[in-house]
Amino acid sequence: MGKKILMKGNEALGEGAMRAGMRHYFGYPITPQSEVAAYLSKHLPKRGGVFLQAESEISAINMVYGAASAGRRVMTSSSSPGISLKMEGLSYLVGSELPCLIGNVMRGGPGLGNIAPAQADYFQAVKGGGHGDYHIIVLAPTTCQEMFDFAVMALNLADKYRNPVMILSDGALGQMMEPVVIPDEVPIEEYDKSWALTGAKDRPPNVVNSLFLDEKELEEHNIKLQEKFKRIEENEILYSEYRTEDAEYLFVAFGLVSRIVHSVVDLARAEGIKAGLLVPKMLWPFPKDRIAELAEQCRFLMSVEMNSGQMVEDVRLAVNGRRPVYFYGRMGGGVPAQRRVLEELKSHIEGGTK
Amino acid sequence: MSTETMKKVYSIPESLRNRPHHYCPGCGHGIVLSIVGELVDELGVRDRAVGIAPVGCSVFLYEYYDFDCVQAAHGRAPAVATGLKRANPDLFVISYQGDGDLAAIGTAEIIHAANRSENFSTIFINNAIYGMTGGQMAPTTLLGQKSQTTPYGRNPNTDGFPVRVCELLNSLEGPYYLERVCVATPQDRVKAKKAIKKAFTYQLEGKGFSLVEVLSQCPTNWGMSVLDSVKWVKEVMAQTFPLGVFRDKGQQK
Ligand SMILES: Cc1ncc(C[n+]2csc(CCOP(=O)(O)OP(=O)(O)O)c2C)c(N)n1
Ligand code: SF4
Repeated sequence: MGKKILMKGNEALGEGAMRAGMRHYFGYPITPQSEVAAYLSKHLPKRGGVFLQAESEISAINMVYGAASAGRRVMTSSSSPGISLKMEGLSYLVGSELPCLIGNVMRGGPGLGNIAPAQADYFQAVKGGGHGDYHIIVLAPTTCQEMFDFAVMALNLADKYRNPVMILSDGALGQMMEPVVIPDEVPIEEYDKSWALTGAKDRPPNVVNSLFLDEKELEEHNIKLQEKFKRIEENEILYSEYRTEDAEYLFVAFGLVSRIVHSVVDLARAEGIKAGLLVPKMLWPFPKDRIAELAEQCRFLMSVEMNSGQMVEDVRLAVNGRRPVYFYGRMGGGVPAQRRVLEELKSHIEGGTK
Repeated sequence: MSTETMKKVYSIPESLRNRPHHYCPGCGHGIVLSIVGELVDELGVRDRAVGIAPVGCSVFLYEYYDFDCVQAAHGRAPAVATGLKRANPDLFVISYQGDGDLAAIGTAEIIHAANRSENFSTIFINNAIYGMTGGQMAPTTLLGQKSQTTPYGRNPNTDGFPVRVCELLNSLEGPYYLERVCVATPQDRVKAKKAIKKAFTYQLEGKGFSLVEVLSQCPTNWGMSVLDSVKWVKEVMAQTFPLGVFRDKGQQK
């Protein structure tokens, strides 16, 4: 049955990863993700693992690259400015098809910004971020429990597709405390790792590499990667819905904001407004088909985010002009208030999208 | 001499693939490549060796080594080596870096890997130039030396001074073994091989971080004949970068 423990989101992320067999962590301190490293530095050595505080995020992601090459389940975590530094390494990881887990406990930007919760790294996470044509799988937990569960899922998905997976969280989710059910056993999926660097004993040498000087070869490599991304899009969609059956107005929100909007739906319903909510729990791939489907029954959609309007672009792409798509957001650490979101909804209803 | 022995003398090490490499004639990289291949054979570690290819003229090392390899981002080989070795301490990890890679963009990585005394071996090719990108100033470029980006010679007032890596790392507690060698003459090659063998042996004994710096001729970007370039290594380069052992904890007892 497992046990229920009160823990911070950041700790749940670390615990989930360890339960899923992650034994190698490399990171560099940054608020508001510090609890991940603090927790793992305490618990990894006791479970026979390696915790290493690197000299920078650049080094940390390259240590991840090394440990992943050796075929291990490996993780790093950081917050926005540190994630920017990891982008070169991330591009190499994708190019070399190495699995790993990256936690981004987002804070306000740009630049040094602040340490308040934000969702301003959405574009960076889902559109690539580093150089080259690529995608990583991006999971967006909404509770401490999901921080745990998604860490397990992330490590499985990473191995399944030989691709980095990011958990996109924020300073509030990372630091809030909630009860987390830790099962006695988590599902650890085993995938072929015959590509790993284990020494060329009784087999031809393995090479982990993203360099293909020949244009034809590099194009073929890219086509192979794109086919993989397509496979991921076909197989791995994750979202939840709330009161969407008869919804005339559909909210879309992820992470922390989805919890606020959840209450807004109830407030609206109490006033007789048929609101509903779709929560993408995977941001890439994005649940575009379901959003398109729901758009058919709705008058309009509204994306609520802690940024200047990033996910709303993907909602618009999904809706493809069939319905209006509005946006409400706060930036720099501001968290949308329920009343304010409700007012925004009403203003658009009154604005005459009949 | 029987043909048997002749065959043996000239055979390509098993740890190297039997294919031509792209290094320019007379280049130091090519000499060090064969030394590494011979030693991996001699020490019997091919089955658990992992070579790290840096960004630079030696980027294709994975095409030449006949054992497991990983290609690292520019300057990050020491971090990749750290990850590999921490993930699987049974691996025999050979990190190989040029001077732009190690002493400019990757300065932080090498200093901290050395400081933690990570148990892998680093071969550091100091050719006083950025070879692959066509001869720009390296952190190791000598004062007054002309390059594509120091057309009037390296000026310490604007370009700083040559970075002496062995001396720099020698200020840290961590490293187990640091030596600077060259591969200008056959005798130098013998000494260089001895040094690299020592570094490899220390890794096998679990002693920690070793680095062998090799002063290496780049006739192409120095604009010299092969003969002039080996002379320049011995007579000019070695003035700024004196050869010798800087640290050998194995010899201290
Ligand atoms: C991040 C990044 N910056 C720049 C380059 C371009 N680049 C390729 S090789 C190289 C210089 C390598 O010089 P060095 O390390 O001295 O090795 P050598 O070629 O002399 O052996 C540079 C700057 C790159 N590949 N990646
Ligand atoms: S450019 Fe210089 S370092 Fe590069 S292969 Fe040619 S001689 Fe060697």
